[in-house]
Amino acid sequence: MVKSFGEFLLFIQSMLTRKERLRVLWNRTMDECVTIGINSIFIVSIVSAFIGAVTCVQIAYNLTNPLIPKSTIGYMVREMTILELAPTITSIVLAGKVGSSIAGGLGTMRITEQVSALEVMGINSASYLVLPRILASMLMFPLLVIVAMALSIVGGYLAGSLTGAVSAQEYIEGIRTDFIPYNILFALIKSVVFAFLVSAISSFKGYFTEGGALEVGNASTTAVNNSIIAILVADFALAALLL
Amino acid sequence: MIEVHNVQKSFNGNQVLKGITCTFETGKCNLLLGGSGTGKSVLLQCIVGLMQPDLGSITFDGTMFTNNKVQIRQEIRRKIGMLFQGSALFDSMTVYENVEFPLKMLTPEMSREERRDRVEFCLKRVGLENAGTKMPSEISGGMKKRVGIARAIAPNCTYLFCDEPNSGLDPLTSIKIDELIHEITHEYGITTVVVTHDMNSVIEIGDHIIFLYKGQKLWDGNKDEILNAQVPELKEFIFSSSLVRAAKKVDDETEGGLAAATTDEAINI
Repeated sequence: MVKSFGEFLLFIQSMLTRKERLRVLWNRTMDECVTIGINSIFIVSIVSAFIGAVTCVQIAYNLTNPLIPKSTIGYMVREMTILELAPTITSIVLAGKVGSSIAGGLGTMRITEQVSALEVMGINSASYLVLPRILASMLMFPLLVIVAMALSIVGGYLAGSLTGAVSAQEYIEGIRTDFIPYNILFALIKSVVFAFLVSAISSFKGYFTEGGALEVGNASTTAVNNSIIAILVADFALAALLL
Repeated sequence: MIEVHNVQKSFNGNQVLKGITCTFETGKCNLLLGGSGTGKSVLLQCIVGLMQPDLGSITFDGTMFTNNKVQIRQEIRRKIGMLFQGSALFDSMTVYENVEFPLKMLTPEMSREERRDRVEFCLKRVGLENAGTKMPSEISGGMKKRVGIARAIAPNCTYLFCDEPNSGLDPLTSIKIDELIHEITHEYGITTVVVTHDMNSVIEIGDHIIFLYKGQKLWDGNKDEILNAQVPELKEFIFSSSLVRAAKKVDDETEGGLAAATTDEAINI
């Protein structure tokens, strides 16, 4: 494990030395933003809307004390969504979608000698292939998390209204109560860290794939597993450090 | 000229290259010949810098490549074109974009029009002027090899390396690819190194042949000399091919020069 971590650090270092021209890096990063960000909006929207809805209904189900106002449901949905569900669950979903795509893509490029072709041309393949993916992830994850936060709260609103668990007025009153802007910043910091972990770990696993199609599949699976574990560990560490 | 001096390479204690010393001559098709597992591809990867030899040195026209500064290695690498065994075309790009790619990356000073002219010239040179808009998945294996050659020569490479250019191709397409490599080598005076175990290629394009056996260089010479070489391992390798045996039989019967036994004659048998 220590050896793998050392190799991972050397991999990150190799990516940052002999970088490609800024224009190439910009174009590649924008391409990856489309692949990583735009193509993930649908799944992130679906997941976050339903998470908000389910959170609202389950809080309402558990909130039986008549002394606690119904607006608390809106407040709790907002806090849970912003602090934990939107950044963490979105990142876990993206670890599955983006992480496996990065590892699979790089692994296929490795076994079909496309990475070697870049190296022979004198191009730093790690910098050309990996750095734009990491930068694009770090740009797009926070934006997707913002979308997820908004849609979760909307999902909770719709679920509360449609099921009659909480009225629209009470829900909106709840989500406007005791708002702490720092929580948004905290969620965005988490999303940037998670983005780095998912993209870097997946790239590392994909970039060093050896063998054939089976190994590419294994690299994707390992990338997703390791990314999720890294997200959970980092989630705890950031909560302990920043809250 | 590429000079390889005492190159050694081991994997987990298994020595694959046992001190190979050889020269690849300028303006010639240099063939690295040998059976599977003799270290041909490993030597090629050491020469192009995809692997670091454990010991020994490699120089390109007098400039040391191994263990030199990164900038100098980069400069040499930018003069290298390589055709990979599986073509290694970038599958997210069209044929045109694949050929344009090294120009975009390596010669940023080139204008878009200059790049377009160069790409069109290279595609025309390999006979694929109408395939520019196709994706690699839409073209045949032979066409992929041609695109690979076009991509390799696009930035005016000084050295061309081909790793088993005939693998997976039918005999006729193989001959066409061999001829293309041979023509390009002589047309532009580049130093070409071809890894092969195909005796057709030896007969077609072997200006200079180096025979490897169990990680060692056993013989070197040209295509006119190879059939008369007195190295048992080489003889065994050459005459394991029924095509060559047939060609040799024709040659013995007609009392012609050994190298005059062309592949066409052999095919007609």
